[in-house]
Amino acid sequence: MMRLVVALSAGVIFGLGLGVSQMVDPAKVLGFLDLAGSWDPSLALVMGGALAVTLVAFRKRLRPERPVLAGRFELPTATALDARLLLGSALFGVGWGLVGLCPGPAVAGLAYGLPATMVFLAAMVAGMALARLIPKLPKPAARKPA
Amino acid sequence: MENFTPVSALIGGLLIGAAASMLLLLNGRIAGISGIAGGLLSPARGDVAWRLLFLAGLALGAALWRLVGPEPQAIALTGSLPTLIAGGLLVGFGTRLGGGCTSGHGVCGIARLSKRSITATAVFMASAFVTVFVVRHVFGG
Repeated sequence: MMRLVVALSAGVIFGLGLGVSQMVDPAKVLGFLDLAGSWDPSLALVMGGALAVTLVAFRKRLRPERPVLAGRFELPTATALDARLLLGSALFGVGWGLVGLCPGPAVAGLAYGLPATMVFLAAMVAGMALARLIPKLPKPAARKPA
Repeated sequence: MENFTPVSALIGGLLIGAAASMLLLLNGRIAGISGIAGGLLSPARGDVAWRLLFLAGLALGAALWRLVGPEPQAIALTGSLPTLIAGGLLVGFGTRLGGGCTSGHGVCGIARLSKRSITATAVFMASAFVTVFVVRHVFGG
């Protein structure tokens, strides 16, 4: 129960941050991504501000042994810079640049009730479902010799 | 740089960092929006409600700021229908394939000093810069 309260509260604070920083506005985000235009560095300060907190709070040495309300930290374990990571990130960047929305601001943008937001979100969910069809390649070590 | 809003950007960033830290230190979860949303496509028992609540919170938080923040507040989502659909598909597909987005890789992964997240963030930033340049200055001219 407490974990659900925390999830909702963290979401609200995150959404508030997106609102305060105007990152919910694709025009503001595109102003950052348009280096050759009238450049707006705000997004860099949003990430910088967020990282100033997380870089400290995420430190292993400063973290408790386990989360206050859960059995363990659920952290990614992959370390390889593989094709999925590189290709996926490159494609994400293209979509982000086309519209000016990444997943967080797209969801938070529901607060403005624009049909365009719903269209984008529906396509985003479809894209997520499509990605599930791409099989993960076996690790090289697990491959049988030919 | 006439649109630069350093103070609100920094305050918003600190709030985002606080939210991500809270979710990790209390619940042990990474505040990566694409991962939290993507997990709903393969729902596991006891792993659905927190995702829905977090995502609902995002919209609630933004709505709250819309109510109490300074006027005027509007968002501009100007792409054509095909652009919105293509953009959404690419963002959904790309973030799941690449294992994260601006929040999961950018805010949380970099804070864990993950080589994958630092690389992913550099790649999607670069690819977004190039995309906007091509759209606005090559074709948009």
